[in-house]
Parts: sequence; structure tokens; C-alpha cells
Amino acid sequence: MGFRRRGTRKQPPAPPAPPPVPAGPPAALMLDALGRKCPIPIIMLAERIRDVQLGQIIAVQADDVAARTDIPAWCRMKSQTFVREEALPQGGWAFHVRRDY
Amino acid sequence: MLLDEARARVAASLKVRPDELSFTASGTQAVHLAVLGALSARRRAGRHLVVSAVEHSSVLHAAELHEREGGTVTTVPVDLRGRVDPEEFAAALRPDTALACLQSANHEVGTVQPVAEAAEACRAAGVPLFVDAAQSVGRVPVPDGWSLLAASAHKFGGPPGTGLLVIRKGTRWRSPLPADEREGGRVPGLPNVPAALATAAALEAHAAEFAADAPRLRELVERIRTRLPETVADVEIVGDPVRRLPHLVTFSFLYVEGEALITELDRLGFEVSSGSSCTADTLRPSHVLEAMGVITHGNVRVSLPRGATTADVDRFLAVLPETVTRLRKSAGVI
Repeated sequence: MGFRRRGTRKQPPAPPAPPPVPAGPPAALMLDALGRKCPIPIIMLAERIRDVQLGQIIAVQADDVAARTDIPAWCRMKSQTFVREEALPQGGWAFHVRRDY
Repeated sequence: MLLDEARARVAASLKVRPDELSFTASGTQAVHLAVLGALSARRRAGRHLVVSAVEHSSVLHAAELHEREGGTVTTVPVDLRGRVDPEEFAAALRPDTALACLQSANHEVGTVQPVAEAAEACRAAGVPLFVDAAQSVGRVPVPDGWSLLAASAHKFGGPPGTGLLVIRKGTRWRSPLPADEREGGRVPGLPNVPAALATAAALEAHAAEFAADAPRLRELVERIRTRLPETVADVEIVGDPVRRLPHLVTFSFLYVEGEALITELDRLGFEVSSGSSCTADTLRPSHVLEAMGVITHGNVRVSLPRGATTADVDRFLAVLPETVTRLRKSAGVI
């Protein structure tokens, strides 16, 4: 069973949704934090987000499972928009963030 | 008999009948017996279990076992403050629900859960409610209406290796273990009488002292909650600001490794805990912080002991900014 937040609760948990077909604009900048433990992926994201323009997407590749919680939470704290999480074929995820601020 | 005396005193503190209370070998054992025994007795009603996403791992591990054995589990999410929505909890109850579990208060972030509302929903649905009250017993009252309750003696200054299991009259329960007649057939093995007596004394003393000290501790926690964001950038205070335990406060610093922070604070004489993954044996971040959707790194949990002073808190608040700044600099954050 999973203990992550779920949208539905009456039905048994659905298997994780397949990564969405790329929705929205491609990332203007892709950071590689694979193999790095949190908080390093967040530190890299915070350092580099100003390298993309307002409204553009910056993506962070990471495989520390904590990043799945930490990146959306960072976006909330920093008034940025968390766009989506994309599973990577080699393991890990690419986290897409739109610079709004 | 000494055990009867201990039982009567603890039951009086908990406002339950002595024959509803059993001493267990730990808080964890009390949780396991409560969950698995209630599920076992209600097997004909169904095999569906409801838990909140932020239950103690002992509850979640019992739920995992239930699931491995063919049962189903619904996990009710929490909001950003770690609180279960009572309506969502009620909506998770089904005709085949055998048991619902809700902690009295969260062990990592101190958020108090809507136990009274959950109990009311469970009563209406005919489902027993199990309350893990380890954080509340000896500190704050637990609302009525539950069917089963577990607590841990060492959490209120009692001996380690002693837990409390309460099964209210009329609640169906069947031991998930081989038959053993001791403790009313609920807990196997000979009870530890000295530990039961020590538990009774500790509970009475702790409850009285804590009740007297709680307003002061609540103010000290409020002081931390207010001052910290004023003196350190990028800190998030987690947990419900109002509906919370009086003595517990949890916060997370962005860009700081939890383990490094705990080590530094320990060196400076502050004993604190962390839900950050790097401090735990497992590499998983805290399931509580995950379920809340708050950052999981740089996490610090302060549990104020009885008698903590304003001077202690102020010294803590004074060393935190420079400690955090130093750690951020060494991680390459300006």
C-alpha cells in the first residue's frame, strides 16, 4: 500500500498513472541531480531558476524519492508552479517547474 | 492484589472500567493487538480497514500485514497541516469496513486529529474506531466515543516496555495470537507487575503536572512558532497552528540537511529529533511529512520537556540562525 496522498479514497488505490504525454511547453533548462540526495536537487533548482525567463519551464532530474515531495513543496513556498512529474526510463523523475516569480 | 490496584488506578486516569484495560509489553504491541484483534473479530462484516495517512508506523505496519493477508486498506489523506478532514474520514467508511483507525494527535508534527467527529461517523456507520492515543494519554484528554485505544507508558514518564490496551465493553475483539488466558485473554504472557504499578504512578503524576504546565509550554511553542520565521529565512513551521499538542513544535529549513542540523544542535546541547530521511535508518523520508506535502529535508522536531524555561527556548532561538546559515554556506547556498 502507498502512504502518499491520494486523490480518491473510496476506491482501492489505482496504479500510478502513466507519465502524461508531454503537456505544455518543453523545458528551457534541464538540471541533472540524478544520484544526489535531497536537499541538493532543491539547492540546484533554487540556484538556477533565474536562468530561465518568467513563464518558462525549468526541469530537474532526480532519483532521491524525497524530491517527489520536496520539489512541489518548494514551489508552494517560493510561489513557483509545479507543472508535472515525469518518470524517467532509467529510473528517477524529471520534475517540471514553471518560473512565475 | 498489586496488579489489580495498578489496573484500577490507570483505568481511573483513563476514565474507563478496569476490566476494559490490559497491560501489554509495549505501546507497539497494544497497537498491533488492537488493530489485528478488531479486524479478526469483525471478519464477517468485511475485511476493509480505514487508516489515516499519518498514523504511527505500528498502525501502518499492521495495516500492511492485513493487506498482505488479503484485506483491503483505504488511506485517508491529510491537509497541509497534517489534519484529517472528518468528512473524508467518514466517506471512507463502507458497509464492509471492519475497523477505522485515527490517532489522537500526530507524533511528528503535533496536529490534533478530529477524533470526536470520527467517532461520531463510526458510530453512525456501525464501525469500531481504534485510537492510537500515545501522544495524548498523560497530557491531554482524549475525546470519547472510540472502541479501542492504545498508549505507551514511556511517553508519559513510565517504564519502557509497557503499553496500555483498552477495549470498551461491547466491542468485538478476538486475539490474533494463540490462546492465552492472561490479561483477560487479550495479552499473552505474565504481566510485569512492577512496571504496571510504575505506570499507574507515572500516569497520575504526569497527567497532573502536565495539566499545570501545558499553558506555559503552549506559550513557549508559540514563541518558537512566531520568532523563528522572523530570524531565519526559508523556514516552514509545520503542523496545525491551533489544534495541536501543547509541547511539540516541528519546522523545516530549506536547503539544509536534517542530519547535519541535528548533529550541530546536539553539539550545542539541544536534543531534538528529525523526520528527514537522512537521519533515519531507512532512506525513506517521513511518511507524515510526505502525506502533508511539506519539505522533508532540514526537519527539526522539538519536544519541550516539563519544566522547560523561556531562557532555554531563547537560547535555542539564538543559536538557530547562525547554525542554519553556517550549514547553508557549507552546502553552497548563499
